[in-house]
Amino acid sequence: MASTALVLGGLAAWVLTSPGWPVVRETFFSWTVFRDSFPEVLEGFWLDVKLFIVVEAVVLLVGLAIALVRTSRAPALFPLRLLGTAYVDLFRGFPTIILVVLVGFGVPALRLEGLPTDPIVLGGIALTLSYSAYVAEVYRAGIASVHRGQRDAALAIGLSDRQATRHVILPQAVRRVAPPLLNDFVALQKDVALVSILGPLEAFRIAQIVEAETFNFTPLIAAALLYLAVTIPLARVVDRIGGGPEGAVR
Amino acid sequence: MSYAGGGVPVLEVRGVTKAFGEREVLRGIDLTVGEHRAVALIGASGSGKSTLLRCIDLLEEVDDGDVFLDGETITDPAVEPVAVRRRLGLVFQAYNLFPHMTALQNVVLGEMRAHGIGRGEAEERGRALLARFGLAGREDDRPDELSGGQQQRVAIARAFSGRPRALLLDEVTSALDPELVGEVLAAVRDLKAEGMTMVIATHEMSFAREVADEVAFLHDGRIFEQGPPEQVLSEPKQPETKRFLARLLEAGRI
Repeated sequence: MASTALVLGGLAAWVLTSPGWPVVRETFFSWTVFRDSFPEVLEGFWLDVKLFIVVEAVVLLVGLAIALVRTSRAPALFPLRLLGTAYVDLFRGFPTIILVVLVGFGVPALRLEGLPTDPIVLGGIALTLSYSAYVAEVYRAGIASVHRGQRDAALAIGLSDRQATRHVILPQAVRRVAPPLLNDFVALQKDVALVSILGPLEAFRIAQIVEAETFNFTPLIAAALLYLAVTIPLARVVDRIGGGPEGAVR
Repeated sequence: MSYAGGGVPVLEVRGVTKAFGEREVLRGIDLTVGEHRAVALIGASGSGKSTLLRCIDLLEEVDDGDVFLDGETITDPAVEPVAVRRRLGLVFQAYNLFPHMTALQNVVLGEMRAHGIGRGEAEERGRALLARFGLAGREDDRPDELSGGQQQRVAIARAFSGRPRALLLDEVTSALDPELVGEVLAAVRDLKAEGMTMVIATHEMSFAREVADEVAFLHDGRIFEQGPPEQVLSEPKQPETKRFLARLLEAGRI
């Protein structure tokens, strides 16, 4: 404890006494710039939050659907299973940023009637494609971790395959993977900023604009703090769920 | 009383074979279980007892042969397995309770979802069933809050809740500490007393002798010998049965 404090104190002293510190303090941690830019950045951040919530909800559903297809054993679903595997391989393999650019600029370029052109919607679609692939794999791991005897027992009491999945397998699977699932939430919450490439005025984009106007990086610090304000409580939720008895593997 | 008869046949197994890959587990099983009768399946681990029970409950598909339930060929591909399983009960060696549900929820899930009974009635019946097996007051406990013996009694209540035509018990005491075996056997005895038709795979020879009307000795995927317990267990005719019983005696299991 004492040694930690010593190391941290030493590090702080080392940075604070550095020759460049006065300049860094002014360009990264300027209180006036912070105060002036914060409302604007906050407004942009609402867009991030809204986008995050919508994308996350869709991702949870799409990911679950893919996982259910991939774990089904019905021979009739073989083509769908193959498709699910291809989907995961493809969209998990792409850097999310490339997907955002391809969808965001590629889809409008097709100039097809009925396809969305709003950069926020397109960015959301790109994020959904990417994160559904991750989340599908998390669900799949959870489903696979439920002991085979659980399905046997569910079938033995007369449940159909679908009822067994819904009432017995999924509740256990989801509880087990809640921590990694929430971990992907946190990652998505941050990756929403990638949509800024397409132009919408979300927190990161606004912070960049103010930075360019004032030659001061403080707005980015403001944006970073806003992200932390969401991700840290999420992390605590992860801890709580992960530590509960329900998450324990029996 | 002839061991093969004894009431209308509830379950009939005819020439059932089952292989997992190259490994032939069942090589032609014939077995008849009359109404209100209990048949004990004995035999070494790996002799096919569990597989036979799983084939009867359609958790495994038979390769050849047929299983009849009340005269209906349930192994016919046209028969819906879900409907068949609703008429049978299976209790597993490892209990296989649903860990995310309370004891009562475990018992009523099948009643509500498979048999379409309303929650109120299902819970009333479920409580009565748990009380019957000595679990009054434990309705809201989760499986990990119960002892092995209590878990297995919940599992028996769960299997019995759908009012099955026959109960299949797969070594229901094998995973239990010795001091907990008695309470589970008492539950089975209780079901036998009320006339439940049962197939009991077991390593407990004294229990087989006490509860079963017939004992069938499984060896190498076949039933080598079948008859009243006193005959099969005390005066076995087949050398394989004699050898099996001698090994159990050596191990102090009889």
